[in-house]
Amino acid sequence: MNALVAAAKKEGTLNVIALPPTWANYGNILKAFTAKYGIKINSALPDGSSQQEVNAVKSQHGTAKAPDVLDVGMAVALANTSLFAPYQVSTWSDIPTAQKESTGLWVQDYGGYMAIGYSSKYGTITSLNDLLGPKFKGAVALNGNPTSANAALNGVMMASLAEGGSASSISPGVNFFEKLKKAGNFNPVQATGATIKAGTTQVVFNWDYLNLPSYVGVSNWKVFIPQNAVLGGYYAQAINKGAPHPAAARLWEEFLYSQAAGGGQNLWLQGGARPVEQQAMQSNGSIDKAAAAKLPTVSGTPVFLSGPQSTDAANYLAANWAKAVS
Amino acid sequence: MAVAATTEAGARPSRAGRRPSAPAWVGTVPFFAYVAVFLLWPTAIVVVDSFKNSAGGWAFANITKLGDPLVRGYFIGSFKLCVLSSVIGAVFGAILAYAIASGNPDGVIRRLYLAGSGVLAQTGGVTLAFAFLVLIGPVGLLFHASWFYSFPWGITVIYTYFQIPLMVLVFMPAIDGIKVQWREASENLGASAWQYWRYVGGPLLMPAFLGGTLLLFANALSAFATIVAWENQISYIVPQQISTALSSEVGLSNVNVADLLAFGMIILVAIVMTGYGLLQRRAARWLQ
Repeated sequence: MNALVAAAKKEGTLNVIALPPTWANYGNILKAFTAKYGIKINSALPDGSSQQEVNAVKSQHGTAKAPDVLDVGMAVALANTSLFAPYQVSTWSDIPTAQKESTGLWVQDYGGYMAIGYSSKYGTITSLNDLLGPKFKGAVALNGNPTSANAALNGVMMASLAEGGSASSISPGVNFFEKLKKAGNFNPVQATGATIKAGTTQVVFNWDYLNLPSYVGVSNWKVFIPQNAVLGGYYAQAINKGAPHPAAARLWEEFLYSQAAGGGQNLWLQGGARPVEQQAMQSNGSIDKAAAAKLPTVSGTPVFLSGPQSTDAANYLAANWAKAVS
Repeated sequence: MAVAATTEAGARPSRAGRRPSAPAWVGTVPFFAYVAVFLLWPTAIVVVDSFKNSAGGWAFANITKLGDPLVRGYFIGSFKLCVLSSVIGAVFGAILAYAIASGNPDGVIRRLYLAGSGVLAQTGGVTLAFAFLVLIGPVGLLFHASWFYSFPWGITVIYTYFQIPLMVLVFMPAIDGIKVQWREASENLGASAWQYWRYVGGPLLMPAFLGGTLLLFANALSAFATIVAWENQISYIVPQQISTALSSEVGLSNVNVADLLAFGMIILVAIVMTGYGLLQRRAARWLQ
C-alpha cells in the first residue's frame, strides 16, 4: 500500500470522467481524495453517459488525457471488459461474489433502488396507479430517454414490476407509460435538479440516491418505492487498461473501497447511495450509522437485472418506446 | 459560382503588377486548411465509417438500415419539423421584412428590428426551450398549452422563434433591391396592385423567398440542443437518434449507425443547399 501511495504521488494526477459532483456525493469524494493524497484530479465531461466514458477510453487511447478509471452501468461494463485492467482492492473479500468479476476486471461500487420522488404538495403516493389521477397532469418524468439512459430504462422496468411484469418483460412498464401519456400526465422533459426547482417536473422516476431532497435541491420532496417493485441497480468501477496514471488509478480504487470513516464507501453512503461493502461494514461496525439510517426503507425482495434481461429490455424499448409515448 | 468567376476575371489585370514571389493561392491556404480540418476531414470520416461494422471491416449492407421503419421515422420526423418551421418562418419573416422595408429606411424602427433579428436568429438551445417550457409548458406561468408536447407542433412554435428573425435578415436585401421605379412604371402602365405583385414584384422576390425557405430548412435540420431541452425521453428527429446511437448506455449504442444517420443528413443538406445556391443565382440576376 505504501509503495502504491508513493507511486501514485509520483504520477501526481488522476483522470476521471462522467462523475457529476452532485451524484452520490462525488463532489466530496473527489475533494477528499485530493486532500488525502495531494493528487490532482482532472474531471472530464461530468454529465457524460457510461457509453461516452468508454468512447473516451477508445478515442483518447495512448494520450495523457485518457480516463484512468471508469464508473459505468453494468450493460456497458459487461460489453467492454477487453478495455479494462483487472485489479483486486484490499477489501476484495468484503464485496459479495455476485457483484464483482472474478479477476477484478469490474467491481460494483455503489447502487440504490429505483424510486419515485415527488413534491409533497401531492400528499402521499401509495401505489403506482395513483399517478394516473388528474392531479398529476403533466407532472411525471423520467431521468432521460430509456433507450439511452440506464436510469430511465430502470424507471420503466420498475413500473413494469409494479404492474405485474417481471425482470424478463418490460412491456407492462411501457404500457403504463402509454396510459400515463393518454391521461396527459407524462412529462417528457429530462428531469434535473433545475427542472424540479422550477416546478416543471414534480414527479420523477430515478435512483433513490438521486431522488433525495438534498440532491434535487428542494426540501418538500418525498420518495416512494412501490412494495412489489424493488428494483436495484449498481454501477461498477473499472480501470482503463491503457491508463496514463496506472498507480493513481489503483490508489483511487483503494480509496473508493476503503471502509474508513472518510473513505469512499462511507462517503457514498453519505450521498444516499448504498455502498457495495455495506453488509460487511454493518457486521464490522465501520459503517456511518447516521447516514445508513437515512436511506429510504424498502420492503420486499430486490430484483436486479441480469445482462441479457437488460439487453432484452433495451431492444424492446428501441422498437416500442417512441410509439407508446409520442 | 458566377460571382466568383467575375471576381477572378476582374482581378487578373492587376495581378501583372505584383511581385511574383508569393503565388496568389497562398493567401487561401489558411481558409482551405481550416475547411479541410473542420469540414472535409470529419465529413470523410463520417462517410467512410458509415460503411464499416463495429470491428472496423467494410459493411456496405449498412445502407439498408436507412430503409428500416424506425430509421425512416426519424428522417420523416426531421422532415416534418423542418418543413413546418421553415414554411411558417419564411411566410411570417417575409411579411415582417416587407413591413419593415416599407417604413423609413433610416428610421429607428428599422434599425431596432434588424438589430433585434440579428440577436434572436441566434437564440436557441436550452435557454429558448426552457423559456417556452416555463411560460406555456405543463405547469406554465402563462397557461398550459395542451399542444406543447405534441410533435411537431410544440417544437415548431419554439423553432419559429429563431426562424422568423433569420428570414427577416436574409430576405431584407431582396426587398431592398426592389426599385420603387418599377412600381411607378407599372402603375403608369395601368397595373393594379395585384397585377404588380403577380407579374413584377412576386416573380422578382420568389427566388429569394424560396432560397430563404431552404436556408431555414437547413437551419432547422441541424438544431439539436433546443429539441433536447424541450424533451429528452423520446427520439423524434435524426440528431436525437444520433445522440442515442453514440451515447446509449443500455446496449443500443452503435457508432456506425450514428455515422450512417449523419451521412443521411449530409445528403439532405447537400440537396437543400444546392437548391439554395441555384435560387440565389436566379435571385441575384435582378437584384444587384
